[in-house]
Amino acid sequence: MLRGVRQRGGGVGSSLVMFQNIGEMLILFVQALKSLPLAWRHRRKVFDQLFEIGNASLLMACILSLFIGGVLALQAGSVLVERGLSSVIGGMVGVSMCKELGPVMMSILIAGRLGSAMAAEIGSMRVYQEIDALTTMNINPVHYLVLPRVLAMAIGLPLLVIFSIMTGWFGGAAVATFNAKINLSMDGYFNNLREIVEVGDVVHGLIKSFVFALIIGVVSCHQGLVTIGGPRGIGRSVTKAVVNSIILILIMDYILTRVMMFSDFLS
Amino acid sequence: MSATANNAESVRVEVRNLRKSFGKQSVIKGVSFEVKRGEIFVIMGPSGSGKTVLLKHIIGLEKPDEGEILIEGEPIHSARVRDRYRMAMVFQSGALLNSLSVGENVGLYLIEHRLKSPEEIKKIVAEKLDLVGLQGLEERMPSALSGGMKKRVAIARALVVEPQLILYDEPTSELDPLIAVTIAEEIASLRDRTHATSIVVSHDRDLAFGVADRIAIIHKGEILFIGTPEEVKQHNDPMIQKFIHAAMQSNKKSRAL
Repeated sequence: MLRGVRQRGGGVGSSLVMFQNIGEMLILFVQALKSLPLAWRHRRKVFDQLFEIGNASLLMACILSLFIGGVLALQAGSVLVERGLSSVIGGMVGVSMCKELGPVMMSILIAGRLGSAMAAEIGSMRVYQEIDALTTMNINPVHYLVLPRVLAMAIGLPLLVIFSIMTGWFGGAAVATFNAKINLSMDGYFNNLREIVEVGDVVHGLIKSFVFALIIGVVSCHQGLVTIGGPRGIGRSVTKAVVNSIILILIMDYILTRVMMFSDFLS
Repeated sequence: MSATANNAESVRVEVRNLRKSFGKQSVIKGVSFEVKRGEIFVIMGPSGSGKTVLLKHIIGLEKPDEGEILIEGEPIHSARVRDRYRMAMVFQSGALLNSLSVGENVGLYLIEHRLKSPEEIKKIVAEKLDLVGLQGLEERMPSALSGGMKKRVAIARALVVEPQLILYDEPTSELDPLIAVTIAEEIASLRDRTHATSIVVSHDRDLAFGVADRIAIIHKGEILFIGTPEEVKQHNDPMIQKFIHAAMQSNKKSRAL
């Protein structure tokens, strides 16, 4: 499958390899989409992957988000207080966490934490001929390996982002309340947050995180499937999976933000 | 050893003018041969002669640059072949899925294709593990098995498919002589039991001359000779003679000096 494409393209220049990678990832994404009707059949694997996402990252995501919310309130709060705008801190932290920091920071965290694990696992299966063994048993590696991982990522990451947004809000609230310079009441913070943040802002972040989840899943599985060589090859695939995922997340973040602003989406 | 009479379940394999290169390196250079139904066909040759690449082409894991592989007259890469004929391969390393237990590995084909109920699968797995002398190891993980045990689990996994064509890649490499003999006997008795066509890639002379109906000698991507074990032994090609009679030179003289 993908290995055949890679072998034929072995002689192409490094600049063309990028386009080859993008093409292969799109093919893999379409194959995974086509196999969606088989999702129920692979539900156990999807649940296993979901457990992996939650178990491995929920605590880390909450701690990270708590401090992101806190630092947002601290940085912006001190400037806003000087201008007599301390009452808008809640709204500012709320919208920032929903639209930008929650989805982007969680996606980068998951790319590093789980994208790397996916690439390493599938890469070692490729190197040690386990994927060849699946193929000889007429078991499609896309159905068996890629579909459960991409699907679990697409479900798990938005859920994680909801937790992230909420803990980020509380982190901001704690700093806004207990920091002597800001000294805002908890009620004041959350009243402003309720006033400014709309359901559309949360949905905005969830759409972003869904797209980022697809990017992490497809990029990591693709890097695993095209792994060649031994342990060094696996290491290379893991690095590429994380770096490529983060680059694509940041590019797609800009594009999605622009599209949603331009189309006045969800407003 | 002759092919069994009851070969209705086995398949005929034809390899026609197969060529394959990786980059500038030509690995298979126009190989052609035919494997009869129910036959044990051993491909023998020194390391790096293209044996494993040839085997991967036969099972459809690699696509040739030129030539074709036909299973009962149909190209291996056609979807019909995969649906119509049951094929299995025993990999050199075993290629067991490390995240699954021995029982899950052996029953994987039946589980994924939903061919039997969970109870039936459990029974079949126990039966196949018993056949390869590994009864009761269903719950063990592959990492807790020795090299020989892994190979036998891989054979059990292949047996579950009830293959019409079974391919073995260096089945006795890295094994001690006793286990190697057990594996060789298993290959022969498997053919007698299931009548499957077997293609074995190996550089183990004892295995080849012990189980083969016919042997193909491959060297630098080319078939040098195909014949029965007796014909191979009597062939006068210096390369073949050198390969089948290779032995360590005695160093008594140097010790005496």
